[in-house]
Amino acid sequence: MAYLKTTLQSKLKTLTVKTHLYWQMTKSLQTGLLLSTGLAGYMSARCPYQTWQTTLALVGSLFLAISGSTVINMVLDRDIDALMPRTQKRPLPSGQVGVVEALILGSVLSVTGIGWAAFLSPLYGLIVFAGLFFDVVVYTIWLKRRTPWSIIWGGIAGGMPALAGRALGLGAIDWVGLMFALAVLLWIPTHIMTFSLRYREDYAKARVPTFPSVYGERVTSIIIALSSIATAIAMAFAAYGIGITWGYMRLLIILSCGLLALAISSMVRPSFKMNFSLFKFASLYMLSSMLLVVLGVL
Amino acid sequence: MKKITPLDRIALLITGLVAAYLIVKGVEGLPDLATWAYSIAFGVLLIAGLLMIINGFDVLDSPWVVIIAAIIPLGLSLGMVIENFPSDWHLAYLVFVVIGFLAILLTRLLVPERAATIVLAFVHGVAGLLIFGLPIVLVLQGVKAPMVLFMSAGGALIGVGGLLLAFLKAGKPVLSAEKIFTLLPWILLLMSVSFVLGLGA
Repeated sequence: MAYLKTTLQSKLKTLTVKTHLYWQMTKSLQTGLLLSTGLAGYMSARCPYQTWQTTLALVGSLFLAISGSTVINMVLDRDIDALMPRTQKRPLPSGQVGVVEALILGSVLSVTGIGWAAFLSPLYGLIVFAGLFFDVVVYTIWLKRRTPWSIIWGGIAGGMPALAGRALGLGAIDWVGLMFALAVLLWIPTHIMTFSLRYREDYAKARVPTFPSVYGERVTSIIIALSSIATAIAMAFAAYGIGITWGYMRLLIILSCGLLALAISSMVRPSFKMNFSLFKFASLYMLSSMLLVVLGVL
Repeated sequence: MKKITPLDRIALLITGLVAAYLIVKGVEGLPDLATWAYSIAFGVLLIAGLLMIINGFDVLDSPWVVIIAAIIPLGLSLGMVIENFPSDWHLAYLVFVVIGFLAILLTRLLVPERAATIVLAFVHGVAGLLIFGLPIVLVLQGVKAPMVLFMSAGGALIGVGGLLLAFLKAGKPVLSAEKIFTLLPWILLLMSVSFVLGLGA
């Protein structure tokens, strides 16, 4: 009896540790933010068929597909993660999770997510699959180690959950969905480039070409600012197209002005501190915009 | 500079949410210009709160803070003038707000600090007196319910916060910097709650 209890406790402990490690590999914050864009895209469609079952299925399928592609990316990038101090403690480079185990986890999550998405709607499934394809194949495998412009493809992948959510709600792709995806696409360079400015030496060690290493910090700061401005414009168009109520639109315009002011300041007087403020504000802006879209159509 | 604490962040977050609520909700029956004036004032408060949450109180070191912060009393007073004054006054006060803001901006950038402070004190003084005094006059005349006095309370709180920061920046602090930055998030929160109550009336 005591042996059984000890074995059970040990198994439970292993399971808890594994779950924690797997959770780390899904980059829960990033996945959560992309999930919120998908949910906002879906809610923005105001379709008559919105039910809690479909909403839960959207959240489930997107979560599985996004975290699956994130885990596969971690497997593919484990060699460069091991070279960078920022990432070398991740479960794969630190040896806490094996490569085959991670690959199986990533594949199971991805296949289940895409399968579930295709079951909900073939168009929705196709867009979710396209997101995974752009992220894993085009961005990580093909371009990430060749050109700093790979982030465009990373951005396209990032915009897919918003487009997919909207397409699931509408049953078609429309210009509002594309504008939504464009807003996320334009926000992603702000995110990745600020990281590449902050961890410039890390990326140099891993020989990953980034905007700061290829074009310099000044050009990168300007591109970050311009992409933030473009994000705000695309988001405003999307919100207008959705027809959110005027009060929420007013708040969105004010938040966009804040983003524009920060972007312009960071262009006029570029500094790391300014860029980091812009990066954090832009993330908060994206999350708030998605929330406003959801609240604004309710 | 005092390091921002989780409690400060919570107070600033609630302030931001209250400001966001005021922007979304607006005030029923007001002309668009008044709604926008209030929204811009609360928008500056919201964005300032978010930036303090992100970067801590270091944000307040920027020379732009004095200029941007002027939008809060100018926006609130403009909203109150449009809401309560006859229409002949609206354009005149709008012109004062625009010229006042430009004067603060230009004097901060171009002329010695002493002259810039005189302009700042004058513009803030007019706007502050309106925010504080107008609700009292309206209640005494029986035009508005006593609840509108919360606007005066909000105006007084924003004045206290502004004065504490201004004296600190001038190198003659009334309280220690530590105490000022401990109080600031709560002053901002109380101020925004006062305006919710006052505008609701």
